[in-house]
Amino acid sequence: MGEMRVALFITCLADQFYAEAGVAAVRLLRALGVEVDFPEGQTCCGQPAFNAGHWEEARALARRTLRVFQEAEYVVLPSGSCASMLRNHYPELLPGSREALAFSERVYELSQFLVRVLGVERLGEGLKGVRVAYHHGCHALRELGVREEPLTLLTNAGAEVLPWEAAEECCGFGGLFSVKLPEVSLAMADRKLSTLPEAQVLTSTDAGCLLHLSGRMAKRGANLRVAPLATLLWEAYAG
Amino acid sequence: MRAKARFYPKEAARLLQERPGVREAVTGATLHFERNRLRAYAEVPIEEWRERAKAVKDHVLSHLDRYLEEAERRLLEKGVRVHWAEGPEEAHQVLLEIVRRRGVRRAVKAKSMLTEELGVNPFLESLGVEVFETDLGEYLIQLLKEPPSHIVGPAIHLSLEEIRRLFHERFGTPLEASPEALAGVARKVLREAFLTADLGISGANFLVAETGTLALMENEGNIRLSTSLPRVHVAFVGLEKLLPRLSDLALFLPLTARAATGQRLSTYVSLLGGPAKEGEEGPEEVHVVLVDHGRTALLADPEAWETLRCLRCGACLNACPVYRQTGGHPYGYVYSGPIGAVLDPGLLSLEEAYPLPYASTLCGACLEACPVKIPIPRLLLTWRHRAVAEGLAPGWEKAAMAAFRKVMESPALYRLFSKALRGLPLPQDLLPLLRAWTEGRGALRPSPKPFHELWREMEEDRGRQN
Repeated sequence: MGEMRVALFITCLADQFYAEAGVAAVRLLRALGVEVDFPEGQTCCGQPAFNAGHWEEARALARRTLRVFQEAEYVVLPSGSCASMLRNHYPELLPGSREALAFSERVYELSQFLVRVLGVERLGEGLKGVRVAYHHGCHALRELGVREEPLTLLTNAGAEVLPWEAAEECCGFGGLFSVKLPEVSLAMADRKLSTLPEAQVLTSTDAGCLLHLSGRMAKRGANLRVAPLATLLWEAYAG
Repeated sequence: MRAKARFYPKEAARLLQERPGVREAVTGATLHFERNRLRAYAEVPIEEWRERAKAVKDHVLSHLDRYLEEAERRLLEKGVRVHWAEGPEEAHQVLLEIVRRRGVRRAVKAKSMLTEELGVNPFLESLGVEVFETDLGEYLIQLLKEPPSHIVGPAIHLSLEEIRRLFHERFGTPLEASPEALAGVARKVLREAFLTADLGISGANFLVAETGTLALMENEGNIRLSTSLPRVHVAFVGLEKLLPRLSDLALFLPLTARAATGQRLSTYVSLLGGPAKEGEEGPEEVHVVLVDHGRTALLADPEAWETLRCLRCGACLNACPVYRQTGGHPYGYVYSGPIGAVLDPGLLSLEEAYPLPYASTLCGACLEACPVKIPIPRLLLTWRHRAVAEGLAPGWEKAAMAAFRKVMESPALYRLFSKALRGLPLPQDLLPLLRAWTEGRGALRPSPKPFHELWREMEEDRGRQN
């Protein structure tokens, strides 16, 4: 496995707001014998522009992202939403681009990469007894089909992933949606949080969801640890 | 119906503020429908059903001219009078002729979204015809003079308390009357209407080309009464409602029921075969009005035609976490929720419906629920892209996107932005977008150092160790 080499795409939101997720992802991948590169020209995948309908701007960023990662055998992201942007939407945004199509097959969300490519389902026992609420980010779940991978990795590390009626419901972040329709966005967060089980930590693949949910919880005086999945997976390994 | 879709963001915010009970009622009802749908889907090989239904619908839509002509021939053979209406004006003409010729004074109506599009009730009322909506939910909102809030459950936004108050004011029932007692009062009023109406109006779930059969699904029995008791029955049918063969109903009736309410089949299914013959009971006169109202234009749209597969089951509304917060009223047009967000721009114009495709987080729950696999998230993106291409996006958004591109195209600028995010005091309360974030979620707190700086530190450490 020493030959395996991945390029980490930290994604702009995690870079700015959950930097520790990147550190955790690098440590974890290296501990599993994977070489990790971080192409320093990377910025944003362009999803905010794409989702808002500004495809010209999105296309420019898609093209440069393809260039930045052109050497990578695998591109791994600690985000389901951005991974889906690269995997599913770049080929739509750049129709006829063989490069975008070929690239899309090399893109993985972190837990997806661990389970499906590395075949790793056990990282360690570092989460023994930890009660976890897992929020399924919509794009990880419905666009990438990542449902079991994070749960398997967490559970096998000893975590108790709590049943959560609204675990697969959208949290209301939705990128620009959160500021264009803030009242609806917050109502969605409140509905989601009103069903939150008695957990010690809330986690998810996506920085946007976590930023939105943790901000809402803090505003309402709730005090629960919120950690990106990558961080918990490193804890699973390192104890 | 006059569209007010362009006010969606304000109306959604206002409703959440002023009528918090609506959110509670809609969330409760849609979650109930959604749980039932999931259970009902799990009982059958649903993927096969959905694929088959999609294939049948795609086939009909690709040969619509042929099936429409076939349906018309079969209907005429049965003695049904067939009319073609491009929009409300032609539809109103059909009604005007019937009302004048037959001296119609009272009409009973089965629930139909298409008649909402066409403004059938206000038109009949302008002719002095008394119109009774006979679906219980539809009757409630008619009394309240509100539009439907949901395709299947038009009064989904009302609480029991509101209904009690309405009936108390209207019929003098006690404020603590049971739901059964309230339904009993409505039944009495509506029975009288059924027995005295000169005209029955309905929509249709399906029109079978092979036999000219109209298929209507319901749970209350009011559609059967509306279409069989009055001497004249007029059915308004959207052009997309065609099915090729009678046997197709064996798939579409149960699929629609499972998607809409989680039932195996609706309590009543009426298959209507034209006016009563000698010695039969039923209407003397049956009219089918085939309505376009934007549908052929949508069919010709290579990127949006799939919207026409819609069965009007409401499953996407029930699955939509955005719709659940407000119900349908803020959307400002007949169709709300995910399907409304992609259908309304096609039926109206993008300019009128501009905010609707943005009434979504692109979570994809609608696509999972849709019995005919309409790619709603992709369609939302398509309409958004068109809106931007047509210059409908607000100025601030265009400026923000241009700036975003500039920063993200240049790693140097991105790093500068990254420093500014930490070094400069953010004018958190000044920029409207930032304020929209912080008001409900507190100040944005970036990590002490961005990852790209931590990466360099990690690499330097590794370099020292080696």
